[in-house]
Amino acid sequence: MNKNFSFKLHFPILVFGIAAPFLFPGLQLQIATLWVMVLFALTWDIMGGQMGYNSLGNIMFFGIGMYTSVLFQVGQFAEIGAYTAAHGGDDFTFTNAQYYQGLVIGIIMSGVVAAIAAAALGWTVFGLRGPYFAIGTLGMAIAAGELMGTWEWVGAGSGISVPVFPGSAEARSLLFYFLCFGAAVLTFVVLQWVYKTRFGLAVNAIRDDEEKAEAMGIHTVRYKTVAWAISAFFVGISGALFGNITGIIEPLEVAFPTVTFGIFMVAMTLLGGKGTLWGPVLGAVLFHTLKEVTWTYFLGWQWVALGVLIIINVVFFQQGIMGWLMEKFPEKFGIVVENKEATR
Amino acid sequence: MTNYVIEVEGVSKSFGGVVANKGISMKVPDGKITGLIGPNGSGKTTLFNSIVGYHPIDEGSIKFKGEEISKYRVPQIARLGLLRTFQQTRIYSNMNCIENMLISIPHRKMKFVDMFGEREAKETMEEVDRLLDFVGLYEKRKLRSGDLSFGQQKLLEFAMALMNKPEVLLLDEPTAGINPTLINGLIDRLRRANEEFGITLFVIEHNMRVIMNMAENIYCLAHGEMLAHGNPEEIQNDQSVIDAYLGAH
Repeated sequence: MNKNFSFKLHFPILVFGIAAPFLFPGLQLQIATLWVMVLFALTWDIMGGQMGYNSLGNIMFFGIGMYTSVLFQVGQFAEIGAYTAAHGGDDFTFTNAQYYQGLVIGIIMSGVVAAIAAAALGWTVFGLRGPYFAIGTLGMAIAAGELMGTWEWVGAGSGISVPVFPGSAEARSLLFYFLCFGAAVLTFVVLQWVYKTRFGLAVNAIRDDEEKAEAMGIHTVRYKTVAWAISAFFVGISGALFGNITGIIEPLEVAFPTVTFGIFMVAMTLLGGKGTLWGPVLGAVLFHTLKEVTWTYFLGWQWVALGVLIIINVVFFQQGIMGWLMEKFPEKFGIVVENKEATR
Repeated sequence: MTNYVIEVEGVSKSFGGVVANKGISMKVPDGKITGLIGPNGSGKTTLFNSIVGYHPIDEGSIKFKGEEISKYRVPQIARLGLLRTFQQTRIYSNMNCIENMLISIPHRKMKFVDMFGEREAKETMEEVDRLLDFVGLYEKRKLRSGDLSFGQQKLLEFAMALMNKPEVLLLDEPTAGINPTLINGLIDRLRRANEEFGITLFVIEHNMRVIMNMAENIYCLAHGEMLAHGNPEEIQNDQSVIDAYLGAH
């Protein structure tokens, strides 16, 4: 896609992102969630779209990030075991300085730990291809949720509560809105950059023909590991933010929601067009809007509506919106026959 | 004295009960074009796969420039400068020709940070243009490579191999499925790759006109064993080769 087009989209989105919480204060949480959805779709696309590894377990890094964050937020100032035993009761209060220090370190570490986890787990699953990789990673995510649910130290099934924000409710939701927006923007900018480097070509080559890529000497394991770590880093951060928005972290529904967020990230990417930069963004916006509209106006039918959308998408429209546009208007995307005289 | 870049010594490989290669020994001289012929199922591609590390060998030794490589894996061997093309053409079909070429640069000295290196450096782009021009695909360079014709994909695969600056190139049936006009062009380009770029070629080929014209040295396999070795004339007149493969004319 050419630079002009990209810029024409960047600017209005940036303005909307900054103005939205003031223009639509009632929808602040929904729009914050939208940015998390954009982040989800973008990070899923690194693996599923750009590299051709359909991970159904990316949501695992959401939970890992969420738990990592709260453990750092609490653990720096209190004993975790006692904190969870008291269910985050009144004995544990944090000063303003402690809260913000905890939050900053918690967010950073959530990304770092999730990325390390991805690199380590990559060793065990990168030997799997196609549907086996999808099922293998799904198994990992489900197992992670179940394991956290039995671990007393972090609150087991009843979860662990996040330190309470030391200000007003409005200030809290505004802060986390902008953190979510910032995380989505950062993800987009980083991915836009890495796709333009050799990394982008290498992961595309792995997607198209991994055996060929190996035969050409590409460090495939290295690229795959780093791709998953980048993806996990940002998903981990989104987990930290979402955990703080929710306030209480419960292992199955909040931290490792494999059947909701875990599937949404795939559905959104497919809708917008996998393997493109803007496709996941577009897909996330449409999907999330439809979801919020049906939840509000057609309650009871919301899952049916989402199901229909997904079916239409995968049966009639596999290439997604961006893929369809590229097929329809190839010359707009630079897919042209060009003779020497024209360029030299 | 002749230098040998590839030295295969007593290599055997079986798949279950099928013995695909049995005690194969052969040498590929540096800077020359060497051919490998034999009937279908005689073990030619298995030998190629063994050399490039696609599967472990049961016994024997394979050396590349004196270094034992039989335990190395595919990407490691490729990074040493020993590259192969596939019988079924393999390119990155959703990427355009330029992108296919850009990612085919040598990965020998890639460090970790090079993953995020500049991919369209000026010299690289010039090389891409030059090689795409060399194989006659310059005008189609921005098209999805999967949309090219079969012959054009073969040419692209060859250009990608050259982009990798290999020392030795193993070509598995480079002219299979290509029309006669294009074959002449391809032979010419293979020769030029050998003469101008100094790349040693080791070629599996069923087209006798092609291989007899190009190669200085030919090995013939049959039933997984080395049947004969010699220059084209010797091979053409070898009774065992005629019986097993060429047939009487």
